Amino acid sequence: MDNELQKNGDDRSPGEPIIEITEMHKWFGDFHVLKNINLTVHKGERIIICGPSGSGKSTLIRCINRLEEHQKGRIIVDGIELTNDLKNIEKIREEVGMVFQHFNLFPHLSILENLTLGPVWVRKVPKAEAEETAMYYLEKVHIAEQALKYPGQLSGGQQQRVAIARSLCMRPKVMLFDEPTSALDPEMIKEVLDVMIDLAREGMTMIVVSHEMGFAKSAAHRVLFMDEGEILEENIPVEFFENPQHERTKLFLSQILH
Amino acid sequence: MVDSSQSIQAEQLKPPITRIGVIGWLRANLFSSVFNSVLTIVTLYFLWKIVPAFVRWAFIDSSWDTTGAACRAAGGACWSIVTKNIRFIIFGFFPYESQWRPLVAMIILFILLLLSSNRRFWKKSLGYAWLLGLVSMGLLLKGGLFGLSSVESTKWSGLPLTLLLSVFGLTAAYPLGIALALGRQSRMPAIKSLCIVYIETIRGVPLISLLFMSSVMFPLFLPEGITINNILRAQVAIILFTAAYIAEVVRGGLQAIGRGQYEAAESMGLNYYQKMRLIILPQALKIVIPPTVGILISAFKDTSLVVIIGLYDLLKTTQSTLSDPRWMGFSIEAYIFIALIYFAGCFSMSSYSRRLERELYRGN
Repeated sequence: MDNELQKNGDDRSPGEPIIEITEMHKWFGDFHVLKNINLTVHKGERIIICGPSGSGKSTLIRCINRLEEHQKGRIIVDGIELTNDLKNIEKIREEVGMVFQHFNLFPHLSILENLTLGPVWVRKVPKAEAEETAMYYLEKVHIAEQALKYPGQLSGGQQQRVAIARSLCMRPKVMLFDEPTSALDPEMIKEVLDVMIDLAREGMTMIVVSHEMGFAKSAAHRVLFMDEGEILEENIPVEFFENPQHERTKLFLSQILH
Repeated sequence: MVDSSQSIQAEQLKPPITRIGVIGWLRANLFSSVFNSVLTIVTLYFLWKIVPAFVRWAFIDSSWDTTGAACRAAGGACWSIVTKNIRFIIFGFFPYESQWRPLVAMIILFILLLLSSNRRFWKKSLGYAWLLGLVSMGLLLKGGLFGLSSVESTKWSGLPLTLLLSVFGLTAAYPLGIALALGRQSRMPAIKSLCIVYIETIRGVPLISLLFMSSVMFPLFLPEGITINNILRAQVAIILFTAAYIAEVVRGGLQAIGRGQYEAAESMGLNYYQKMRLIILPQALKIVIPPTVGILISAFKDTSLVVIIGLYDLLKTTQSTLSDPRWMGFSIEAYIFIALIYFAGCFSMSSYSRRLERELYRGN
């Protein structure tokens, strides 16, 4: 089962680069969170970023859709460079979906309304068409029967699947996952990972901050290890897990794999 | 170890019954401790003293349609002061023969408010209905067209004036307050400091002083020959005052919304206005329904302060009635009557807010 997906994915990739980060730095005040980040992501590629907490992995993917601002270097997404230009930022956000650790569904809107809001207001899709798309993706994450409920009535795993469907409704070119399973009860992690694996199978470009090593092994092309704001190591999953190069990587892997 | 017989037993166990019948209820609620028993007895004593006496005064010995002198002879409550002067209390100085006009205007207003309270009617047509309603209410009050005699706005008084000041004061103050709250959170320093200065200044002065300023000081700054209607000036003062309070309440609601909601909205590509209108404000405003209604209720009652700048609102027309020698000494009855009117207004606001909270509940 190992790498089955990766091989499938390899047929499609590497495509052309969709995200190019060069010599990027970020500070929170005086604190240097991201140091000289260089990363190119190709179309159809799936990258897992892992590392100890506080290593800057979430901050890194949040820079890609400008939830965080970088201070130095360049980030180019889908041919558009991220600057302070609001129009560019909004354009990039349309193309980059994001799934959060705490789901962040809109509690005052029904599941269906959560899914149609972006397409209707940002992409200007007619409402009926947006609802059709929404139902299609809800089927896909196996939750169509909950369409008229409100987020507060769903379990964590269901909410996270809705959140994934919500991002997909925007038909993004890239999906960012910020620790999508770490706020979930253990029995719900699998239902979310299954959805993500389905997504991988369809060739979605994904950057996932996660410690789910099973997912990394079965779905990722590359695994990145970050510590103290730097990308320390980068390898294909088999090599990364079986033959880690860096001391800190070895330590980290021994801690999470026991 | 849990065996099956134990779990069956557990299923059959019901909560212990501690309260049976009236005696049980009394014991649990009124005589649960020595202190509670004493309180109960003292309360019962006062009720026994007050309630029968009040009923006798208000209903048995009362006069309903007599002269003031007859009232004094009867000794009970003199509701005649209300029934005999009802048209002056309600309509004030509005020309007697045209008083049907403010009455119709008020009926239109109540119908519109009633329709608006139902969220199913929140459509474009309701907006048109309000537009039409406002025009016709204005026409009814002001006259001068379609054979209606023209009535000076100085003659607008009583309940129509109170409703005018409060309904339009509150509906204008609410959006202004929201705008101020958003402005106070703005990243643009000019807008932010402007909003802070405005809110803090207004909250730092009593409403009375704003009313005085609007009626005494403000005209001094106007070029000669230009006057602005007294009612309009009071209206603006009430709006500006209430908006500052609403702004702070709304700001509290905005702060209760987590960063995650902003980020989720932003990561979809929503722009600032979409994000606020579709995601943040609906949640923030819902959270602050209780304190907002508190402000609206007190603003409604505060409209009675316009008496000090010479406007004859409901409270003032009532007081004028009381200064009539024929009706002197029956202030309690008159005040109870207008208290009931104010209570009806406040109570419907607070019960509507509770209904709205129930309707907007989303299981979170």
